[in-house]
Amino acid sequence: MSKWIQLAILAALIAILPVFFPSGYYYRIGALVFVNGIAVLGLVILIGFAGQISLGHAGFAGIGAYACALAPEQFGLHPALALLLGAVLSAGIAALIGRPILRLKGYYLAVATLGFGILVAMTIQNERALTGGPDGMAVEELGLRDLLRDLGWRVSGGEFWYGVCGIALLIGAWIALNLRDSPTGRAMRALHGSEIASRTLGIDVARQKLVAFVISAVFASVSGSLLALQNRYITPDVAGFMHSIELVTMAVLGGAGSVMGGIFGAAILTLLPQVLTVLADYEQVVLGVIMVTVMIFMPQGLLPSIARRLRRTRK
Amino acid sequence: MTIRTTTALLTCAAIAAAGTAGAEIRLGASLSATGGAAFLGDPEAKTLEMLVEQLNEEGGIDGEEVELILYDDGGDPNQARTFATRLIEDDEVVAIIGGSTTGTTMSIASLAEDEGIPFISLAGAIQIIDPVREYVFKTPHTDRMACEKIFEDMQARGFTTIGMISGTDGFGASMQAQCKEVAGDYDIEIAADETYGPQDADMTPQLTRIRNTDGIDAILNPGFGQGPAIVTRNYSQLGIDTPFYQSHGVASDAFIELAGASESEGVRLPGTALLIADLLEEGDPQREVVTSYNDAYREQYGEAPSTFGGYAHDAFLLMTNAIREAGSDDPDAIRDALEATDGLVGTTGTYTMSEEDHLGLDLSAFRMLEITDGGWSSVE
Repeated sequence: MSKWIQLAILAALIAILPVFFPSGYYYRIGALVFVNGIAVLGLVILIGFAGQISLGHAGFAGIGAYACALAPEQFGLHPALALLLGAVLSAGIAALIGRPILRLKGYYLAVATLGFGILVAMTIQNERALTGGPDGMAVEELGLRDLLRDLGWRVSGGEFWYGVCGIALLIGAWIALNLRDSPTGRAMRALHGSEIASRTLGIDVARQKLVAFVISAVFASVSGSLLALQNRYITPDVAGFMHSIELVTMAVLGGAGSVMGGIFGAAILTLLPQVLTVLADYEQVVLGVIMVTVMIFMPQGLLPSIARRLRRTRK
Repeated sequence: MTIRTTTALLTCAAIAAAGTAGAEIRLGASLSATGGAAFLGDPEAKTLEMLVEQLNEEGGIDGEEVELILYDDGGDPNQARTFATRLIEDDEVVAIIGGSTTGTTMSIASLAEDEGIPFISLAGAIQIIDPVREYVFKTPHTDRMACEKIFEDMQARGFTTIGMISGTDGFGASMQAQCKEVAGDYDIEIAADETYGPQDADMTPQLTRIRNTDGIDAILNPGFGQGPAIVTRNYSQLGIDTPFYQSHGVASDAFIELAGASESEGVRLPGTALLIADLLEEGDPQREVVTSYNDAYREQYGEAPSTFGGYAHDAFLLMTNAIREAGSDDPDAIRDALEATDGLVGTTGTYTMSEEDHLGLDLSAFRMLEITDGGWSSVE
């Protein structure tokens, strides 16, 4: 499917879905899907395109989130600018640690990134004077909603964040789709296929890996910032190991190689816990069974597998 | 004709639907029944379920049944906020109980403020009610009060110099900071200040450093979970004889089991009346409520209730009392009634709320307890 059709479908879905929302709660769920989707898009670029694993991307989400919490409080920076600051900071850190870390392969890379994520979470937890420690800290209101209100456009918190995160996701998807077919994206996918072969073709493998790592870090950071601004309170959980794993699971479940698959995975894993609340105690079991089943029968991820099956039946 | 019949039927159905919805007060709860904070959320959830059942059997509030909608946020603040949104927007509850941890509570608090829904938190930190938020209340005493209670006891025993060994988890860290802040008010100097990680398996080095500090009169260990039990064991293994204080975070029978009866002999900590339900004297104002909760919980679940379940008990008591006082299930009326709570006796203490105080407890809510022969005794 061409880039523009995919984007158009995504935009249409984001725009039309609210018509069917019975209550404001669904805007919240939608916004969460989009926020997770943005981080997963970064992982689609890193895992799906460049074939590198990261089990520490929540660390970048943590940097983005705490940038939005700390910069306005410490330097009086506007929260929107703090989001940018967080993204720049994440990109810088990713570039710095990416060089040595990305020399590693397979398990070693997984463990190194894991270590980075845990390091960020620990720092946030231990710098109690600054971050409030494990109890977390309040985040300043973005203030955009008041601006809209002054312009005579009243929106609820849920609707506002649904819109903001939806637009951010669209931009993210546009960037990811553009990247996919650009020379950089092709080089990434080539090194995913075979590092040696792509090196013989003159691709700077180390550079491409680093580019993918930095871009995905920025995606994760923006996702963390949007979450912090939306929740107006942030705890170190955002940078925690579980969040990292969640993000990777979303990417892999939906289909790490496909942009829409990643978003689909984020949607499924964000929605499932909400749907499964009716099962109460068995929630975790059902969630596990669903994930294992998908991985066994659809190793490519949900969306690519379904798409292929559809194509086959058409033939 | 058919159209008119259909319309009539629809109207009837609508009225019926509205009727059933109106005859029932919907209370929401988001608790950490699973995950890292399950030791808080699990007894809280069990308590709320039990109390709702009891209340409805007795005819509800002024004849209206109470429906409890309970979600498990697994200790994740983000999930807690989502569930709170769901409770308010989708389930249309009139009030929320919950937030087992400070993180989940604070995530819900700003939402409750925005939507104007009364919210009673079950978490300890002082920042929940200081500064006062219009719609946010809480039932557990603050860490600061626990520090004050301990220091009061130390002062009475003539201690002036102490060593502290605190966990770096949220609870330990928060209490450590609060204790340092109020120590001066009781002329107590903290001469040694050590910390340990929540997963650490041995705290002998920290305790040795405290022991080697000159002039230590007593040792205080703010923390919860397994950490304090290990500290207590190490304390006993090292043969330290300076008096040892634990925090209200470990005020449960499980702590004595974990640390060992002989190892924890003589340890003092501030606890609630619930822990010494059998020891309460005849005239004690809390005796009735504590005994009835204790008995009912034991009967239903076959285990002793914990202090944390007691927090949920009191939150439910406060909320149902406020709804009764307000005479309606309008969130704003409930909020006003909550704030006007005066002398309501719960398991944690006696609550008297005001515009400036959304906790409503004073130091008398704590009882200084000592572990003797593997059980609790009151030292007051």
